[in-house]
Order: sequence, then structure tokens, then C-alpha cells
Amino acid sequence: MKFGVVVFPGSNCDTDAYHAIRDGLGAPVDYVWHQSKDVTGYDCLILPGGFAYGDYLRAGAIARFSPVMEAVEKFARAGGLVLGICNGFQVLLECGLLPGAMLKNESLQFRCMYVNLRVENNSTAFTNTLARGQVVSIPIAHGEGNYYADERTIEALEKKGRILFRYCDRDGHVTRESNPNGAALNIAGIISDDGNVAGMMPHPERAYQAVLGSADGLEVFRSIAAFISSRSAVVAVGGGRA
Amino acid sequence: MNCTAAIKVMLKKTVLDPQGAAVRGGLRSMGFDCVTDVRVGKSMEVSISGVSSIEEAARLADEMCRKLLANPVIEEYTFEVYES
Repeated sequence: MKFGVVVFPGSNCDTDAYHAIRDGLGAPVDYVWHQSKDVTGYDCLILPGGFAYGDYLRAGAIARFSPVMEAVEKFARAGGLVLGICNGFQVLLECGLLPGAMLKNESLQFRCMYVNLRVENNSTAFTNTLARGQVVSIPIAHGEGNYYADERTIEALEKKGRILFRYCDRDGHVTRESNPNGAALNIAGIISDDGNVAGMMPHPERAYQAVLGSADGLEVFRSIAAFISSRSAVVAVGGGRA
Repeated sequence: MNCTAAIKVMLKKTVLDPQGAAVRGGLRSMGFDCVTDVRVGKSMEVSISGVSSIEEAARLADEMCRKLLANPVIEEYTFEVYES
């Protein structure tokens, strides 16, 4: 299996994502420069955190028009896995691969801190090594993580199980106090209807080994690897029987 | 002809504006008790050349707003186009 970490001008969490995958997960990984139009051969693409194009106009607004994004969209529609982390999540929202938008944090503060997340759905390519209701500890670092969508969209996300993580307290209670940015329903991460594209504001690549403060983030990458392996395993068994 | 599109992008009225609230707080604490609300948006001036009419420039300005300058999920826009 192979991962690709897309690098936009202004991305700054690309090396952390690269190392989390290469050293934490132990999987092959490449950097993919934003001008590349070819993403063949990858099983999962990561859109990393940072300030692509300086967040000019709106976070992710200009990055979504980078040459690579056309390939990323085709890749996602063909079943490829895409994980947008922080700024990467913002890019996915701007290009419509995920619904909704990000507003400035309600406090107007840039919040850089560990948060607790409750796993809402563990039947996804990105959360299958975790348990539903499990509380994980992963850091955030953002000024615009206040997730917003209209009522109908929020309702649909909830009903269809498209919310991956919600900010919560240590015991898993989703409370106002545990919400670091004002996001609707304490939403920290969501997944697309077809399950291929996910976005999360917290940084799993900053929590991939205990010495960093938490190894909970590694589970996101392990889940992706498990999903990719099980997908190709099914194909292999079918081929073997013939 | 050369035109200028003066574009204003604001958060939709249904969207919370913490920046506006902070500015309102600042103005009121300065003594402007008369201020009841503040909303903060963006103002952009786009210079357009090589168009045959104001209407054409306006159409282009509208397209720019829809495609890039405003995020339709959270923002709305207005603009004025005039010959520069």
C-alpha cells in the first residue's frame, strides 16, 4: 500500500504526517507536490495541516484550485481514500468534497492544546481500530475550527452517521466546556457519504507515539492501513479461488 | 473598456460573527453606547480590462464571487461595477 502526503505552498504539517506514516505506521509514503496532476498508485492521500497560500481570502479557498486537486477529486470519486487534517479539512470543505464550512473560533483565539474526542462512528476506513464511544486524546492547533453547516446538512450528518469525532470531556461527555472552537454539535471530524473522504481538525500525526504526549493519533493511520489491507485481501481471495 | 468591481462579502445573517461581537464590545467599552451590533466582512476592488460593457464586467464579477471570492455556505456578496 502507498500513502501520499500532498504539499501546498504554506503546508507545514506535511513532514509530521510523512513521519507518522513512515515511522509510526511503517508504510511507504511519498510527498505529492501541489502541481502534480498524477496520483496513480496511491491508496490514501493526506491533505496536511498548515496555512496553504497563507489562508489568504479564506483558509483553503485558493489551495482548492491547485493543479493536484483535480486529480484528488477524481481519485476520491474512484474510491481512493482522502484524509484532510486541519487545513486539509478546510481545503476539502472549500472544494465541496465534504459539506459545510469553517468559521473563526468562537473565542477568536488560536487554540493550540490537547483535546478529548469521542469516537462517534468506528465503521469507517479511518476509525475501524477504535471503539464506538472511545475517548482519544489528540492535539488541535487552529484559529478556524468552528464547523458550520445549515440545519439540514447537520441533521443529515447526524442521521447518516457521518460524524467521526466530537469534542468531549475526559469521560466522553459532549459538553459546551469541552468544545474548543464553537463547532456545531462539537463536531471535530466528518466523513463523506461514500465513506472515502474524511476531514478532522485535530492532528493525529502529532500524536502517533507516546513520547509526543499521546499515541492515539496512530489509530487513524492504522485504521486506514487495515481498511486498505482488507480491501485488497478480498480481491486476492477472489483471484485465488479462480 | 476598463472597469472596477467594488465587491463586498459579508457573513450570512444566520451565521454567528464572533469578530463582529468582539468589535462591538470594543466600541461599547470606548463609550459608544449607541452601537447595538457590528458585523465584519471583506471589501475587494477588482480591476477588469478588455470588456465591451459594464454589463459584461458585472457578469464576470458575479461569476468571480460565486466561484472564489465568496463561500456560498457562509457568505453573501454584493457589488458595484463602474467604468474606471
